[in-house]
Amino acid sequence: MGMTTQARLDAQKLRADFPIFKQPMHGKPLVYLDSANSSQKPRQVLDAVHDFYETSYANVHRAVYELGGRATEAYEGARDKTQTFVNAESRREVIFTKGATEALNLVAYAWGLDNLGPGDTVLVTELEHHSNFVPWQYIAGRTGADFAAIPIDGGGELALDGLDELARTRRIKVVACGLVSNSLGTINPVERLGAWAHDQGAIMVVDACQAAPHRPIDVQALGCDFLAFTGHKMLAPSGIGVLWGRQKLLQKMSPFELGGEMIRSVSIERTTWNELPNKFEAGTPPIAQAYGLGVAIDYLSAVGLEAIEEHEARLTAHAIERLAEIPGLTLFGPPADRRAGIVSFTLAGVHPHDVAQILDSEGVAVRAGHHCNQPLMHRLGVPATTRASLYLYTLEDEVDSLVAGLQRVREVFK
Amino acid sequence: MDELYRDVILDHYKNPRGHGVMQEPDAQADGLNPLCGDEVSIFVSFAEDGDTIEEVKFQGRGCAISQASTSMLMELVHGRSATEVAAMSREELLDEVGIPLTPVRLKCALLGLGVLKVALHRSKGTPLPEEWAGLDELELK
Repeated sequence: MGMTTQARLDAQKLRADFPIFKQPMHGKPLVYLDSANSSQKPRQVLDAVHDFYETSYANVHRAVYELGGRATEAYEGARDKTQTFVNAESRREVIFTKGATEALNLVAYAWGLDNLGPGDTVLVTELEHHSNFVPWQYIAGRTGADFAAIPIDGGGELALDGLDELARTRRIKVVACGLVSNSLGTINPVERLGAWAHDQGAIMVVDACQAAPHRPIDVQALGCDFLAFTGHKMLAPSGIGVLWGRQKLLQKMSPFELGGEMIRSVSIERTTWNELPNKFEAGTPPIAQAYGLGVAIDYLSAVGLEAIEEHEARLTAHAIERLAEIPGLTLFGPPADRRAGIVSFTLAGVHPHDVAQILDSEGVAVRAGHHCNQPLMHRLGVPATTRASLYLYTLEDEVDSLVAGLQRVREVFK
Repeated sequence: MDELYRDVILDHYKNPRGHGVMQEPDAQADGLNPLCGDEVSIFVSFAEDGDTIEEVKFQGRGCAISQASTSMLMELVHGRSATEVAAMSREELLDEVGIPLTPVRLKCALLGLGVLKVALHRSKGTPLPEEWAGLDELELK
């Protein structure tokens, strides 16, 4: 995250870095509009990971020879880059996991099991991805705590007016909320919600999976207690995720997974835990994947997160405008100025899976389904939606290809 | 693409055969394909011999492939014996559907047959065929 003013992003130029776009799809140019699901990878990341395996690979933290040193340096270097990327106070607050799901489960188990009980309430939102919903529902059930969800209004934004009433009748201990909704693209007021959570004596847990790849993240400015995101949605390999947590909380927490690397000393009588972050990184970590995440962070920082955000905002406004041309199309979610680069919609009389299948034949890749958001789909009154999501390599032409593809869907189903 | 959404599929999707609910069915099951959110409920009533499928109806919502293939299934099994239908191969239905399907869409196309076999299994104790790989993923109620 630079303080310097970055130039406007040139998506056409950036695409040359992504080998996947060289291939046609069903004889047409590949229009990849599913980056909210997983992003494509630039050559810089692919080459760096390949090179790392060829020149510097060994296990981390325990090998005394040269390669062990290089691998540890690469792995820990990625932690430093991640610390800067989210503006964490300390590198000890950055825990590598295999993904955001593991990161959120870590908090739910390691914090929740020791701190929740009957009379407490865990509060999530109707917008939550299952990974920030189901672990909390489960741990609430295990500990006898109540579980509730902040509702959304008709525009797909959190309805916060009922919060104080909720606080009068319940003891809120956890508020878990995504920064950006993976289904609707809604940008949630996490700072405001975090301040409210702290007023209740609750912790604030943020799922930043759909935000970290697309806009600057500052955990100190957000005022949250935990924040999770994943590498594969931000140009890095799959198998690496990040949990950032406040040092004070992490230190008090019990471990989540137990085994090698997370211990200080082990005897038959007693085992003591390693210091942060190792206490929460049992076993051999995803070494090359973490290194790849560091390279992806370098790439994103060089392009500029502000520039990416601005590029996607422009394309989102264009997409919303063009989608409105299509008869029978219902677009869900807030207006362009309060949403990230995600558009979710239904087309009258056509199931989203059929929409996606026909779009695929036109070379357009979109997601169709419930997007791991079943409570939200229920709320919207639809079994599924079609979702198109944008990234730094998305072109305005590709949004137009989506619109042309949807017209084709209408012809097939007319 | 035009192959996939050929007219007969769209016709069955828009005008499903055997669509409806049965008040007191002899056999019934519901299934869900969590991938697409396809839902299918199937109702069966048997003839006096207790084996011939006298009437079969379905209700559901979902993608064109799942609903059209279930509609075709209704026509395929009407008047046949429960034992015969329980042993019916997936290929027989897929031949009828007659379109190339990716493994993902195969689950859509086979949802109805899976639900019907579960209904027969519950009512008649007919076997759930082993080759039914997708069945584990159907959320059987």
